[in-house]
Amino acid sequence: MGRYQFHGYRRENGRVGIRNHVVILPLDDLSNAAAEAVANNIKGTLALPHAYGRLQFGEDLDLFFRTLIGTGSNPNVAACVVIGIEPGWTSRIVDGIAKTGKPVAGFAIEEHGDINTIASAARKAQEFVQWASEKQREDCSIEELFVSTKCGESDTTSGLASCPTVGNLIDKLDPLRVTTCFGETSELTGAEVACAGRAATKEVGDRFMQVFRAYQDVIERHKTSDLSESQPTKGNIAGGLTTIEEKAFGNLQKIGKKAKFIDVLKPAEAPAKGPGLYYMDTSSAAAECITLQAAAGFVVHLFPTGQGNVIGNPIEPVIKLTANPKTARTMSEHIDLDVSGILRREMTLDEAGDRLIEVMLRTCNGRLTCAEALGHREFVLTKLYQSA
Amino acid sequence: MATHFIVHDKADTVGVMVVENAKAGQELTGWIMETNETIALKSLDAVPLGHKIALREIKTGDAILKYGHDVGRAVANIGRGHHVHVHNLKTKRW
Repeated sequence: MGRYQFHGYRRENGRVGIRNHVVILPLDDLSNAAAEAVANNIKGTLALPHAYGRLQFGEDLDLFFRTLIGTGSNPNVAACVVIGIEPGWTSRIVDGIAKTGKPVAGFAIEEHGDINTIASAARKAQEFVQWASEKQREDCSIEELFVSTKCGESDTTSGLASCPTVGNLIDKLDPLRVTTCFGETSELTGAEVACAGRAATKEVGDRFMQVFRAYQDVIERHKTSDLSESQPTKGNIAGGLTTIEEKAFGNLQKIGKKAKFIDVLKPAEAPAKGPGLYYMDTSSAAAECITLQAAAGFVVHLFPTGQGNVIGNPIEPVIKLTANPKTARTMSEHIDLDVSGILRREMTLDEAGDRLIEVMLRTCNGRLTCAEALGHREFVLTKLYQSA
Repeated sequence: MATHFIVHDKADTVGVMVVENAKAGQELTGWIMETNETIALKSLDAVPLGHKIALREIKTGDAILKYGHDVGRAVANIGRGHHVHVHNLKTKRW
């Protein structure tokens, strides 16, 4: 077990991060300009502009707050400056993040204007970034790691090799008490019974089926076709995937052969039942899914791709692997691990799983992923329905 | 020996091409992962990398099996060695 140590940043609440970001978080669309201005002025900070935060209500509003508070609370974030148009909801975000014990401060634009708000927020951001820059990595145990997974622009090579490589990693790390998460509710269509069979208890399996059926109802209500070109996507189809059922069985390979999922999480809900595999109800769109998993506190992400999805996330490093030899050749700057050798029978699945563990631990120790080096910072909030 | 296509499960009716630029009429070698068996098949279409090839005669309405599971229905008769994709296989869902 000792060989699976890594060096992380231990936060005030005991959780461990693998990055040390100081985030400038806008409450709403109106505050993006000020947040980006602060990040432009104070080097080493990171603005997370997004499109929402106004006139949302009900469950959609709850999800909005859970996602923003969760993002600021993620252990990869050392400190956070929140900027909102008005002080009420700004404080709600600040108070939520403050529960982690990390430094956080909020600024409202009304009665001050952008320029004065930017000046005040920039002074606080400078203080935070200089404070964070003195944080040191320390030895951490593998069971302190939270790992999420989702695949994208999948093709048949995903189901043959890159998704099973992630599954091999999960089969090896689950007994070591690592916390892991998969999701993509619509993308289990056709394999939902097999997925429910991987629940740790009948009660958890039943809750998965409830969530699954609720998502099917949304699709049935809004669909105008059989979803060809949306799910599977055009890219999936170009890569040889024909039906959602075929795609779903490939997707499910990511949870390996042994691990059982111990709980069903709402979107962006933090796991609360201890170490193990969790299922989260998410969209199958890459940026939405990873944004929700990052908001739930996962710190490193494993992303198998077939045709070459280039996704990243601003706070949770995204490690990409592919088994498609053409993608590995034509898009090599996006691929952290090439497992196409499995298809040539030059590499076993077991060897590929070990290689992925090694790449993941190096990433945890600070090595930038391809997506980080290329500046991919897709931050996309999930919206459940229209605003009021 | 090069592996041209891979089959997940012994019960599957399709395999997946894992080489680029295979030609119609080519003698192909396949690997069944579940049983670690090697099989031979003559391709009747130029099936691209990642696309499926029929391992046996498939009739309209038949379930196509992959991963040992039903992944959709054939909407045309498909001969052994032919390309299987959106033109002859459809989802049973949505």
